[in-house]
Amino acid sequence: MATIRIPPVLRPSVGGEREVEADGATVGDVLSNLVAAHPATRDQLFGEDGDLNRYVNVYLNDEDVRVLDGLATAVSGADALVILPAMAGGARPSLRG
Amino acid sequence: MTVPPIERRPCAGRYTDLVDSIGNTPLIELKRLSPKPGVRIWAKLESMNPTGSIKDRVAKALIENAEEKGLISPGQTILEPTSGNTGISLAMICARKGYPLKVVMPDNVTPERTQLLKMYGAEIVYSPGDQGSNGAVAMALEMAAADASYYMPYQYGNEANPRAHYEGTAVEILEELDGNVAAFVAGLGTGGTLMGVARRFKEELGDSVMIVAAEPMQGEPVQGLRSLDDGFIPPIIDISLLDRKIFVTNRDAVVWTRRLLDEEGLFAGVSSGAIARVAVRIGSEMDEGNVVFIVCDDGWKYLSSGLYTLPVDEVENLESTVWW
Repeated sequence: MATIRIPPVLRPSVGGEREVEADGATVGDVLSNLVAAHPATRDQLFGEDGDLNRYVNVYLNDEDVRVLDGLATAVSGADALVILPAMAGGARPSLRG
Repeated sequence: MTVPPIERRPCAGRYTDLVDSIGNTPLIELKRLSPKPGVRIWAKLESMNPTGSIKDRVAKALIENAEEKGLISPGQTILEPTSGNTGISLAMICARKGYPLKVVMPDNVTPERTQLLKMYGAEIVYSPGDQGSNGAVAMALEMAAADASYYMPYQYGNEANPRAHYEGTAVEILEELDGNVAAFVAGLGTGGTLMGVARRFKEELGDSVMIVAAEPMQGEPVQGLRSLDDGFIPPIIDISLLDRKIFVTNRDAVVWTRRLLDEEGLFAGVSSGAIARVAVRIGSEMDEGNVVFIVCDDGWKYLSSGLYTLPVDEVENLESTVWW
């Protein structure tokens, strides 16, 4: 079972959990199983065409799967999938005080 | 007896204006961070630009592109959302060229950034800190829409940004290493550096060069989105130009920023530490070759954080700070 790290914005859709586990041989399979277990994640993760929402980044451990094999990227049981929102770099709020 | 002439040119050039001296930054080999013999790690010191960051190239290109296209008039006010290096670079260049500059930025930035902007004469308009850069962009867009006298370069969507790297940064690296570049690693912010260098490298070197993006993994306190659709992807980014895209946690970025200082004597900003981490990892996967990474800025703006002297776990607000 792969571990999926859930970003804060998605946690309400998975019962508040920071991490969930799901089976699957590919990223697509794992995410489909996540959606099957937590249907509220579907519309946030996927568009109507079945592709990943463009503002969602999914990482296999620390590598963006879009730059690997996308949803066909192979996953093993020791892997973690990390879901993160796409956020631009550059001008940002910085240190407080 | 005649004294023989001293012949040590080139000596980094002679320029009639500070703006013209932007670019032509040195490549420094980091021998101690090399993961294995045969793999050479090179840092391109963009911190050696006049205001201390790679954004000098971008700001120069944004303004000169606008001038060439007749988009700005003498004395016109330039407006841009940025609290970071782009604002500082624009402030210097606009001051040199006679354009008043208004910078829109979140109200929770470090004192160093505010001082640097004011030093170069920029006027600062504050946006709500809790809305982050999205808030600054939104406010600047509103201001530009309401007043046609402003010109907003908008680095996130302006092709002059990647073109500065296509024509400048990339060519310098190719020249210095005679085209022998196995991998190039840069930070993914606006996307300008990666897109510009990637296009040039792929044209000149084809698939023999690997283009790698290091991106910040923002700490959870920063991910204050209502939904994933609140994300933002700069329009200039074309992900198909990347061969790898790897995130770096804030903790690792700070650890590696310290490694650059402690092991190589290189005083760099936090994004440079993150990029170095990825560069060394990429190097460890090769047998041999040159791995070039960008040192985006120096460390002066981050001094007040204590990250150069404190143990990393004592750095305040490590996860809530947006370091790059």
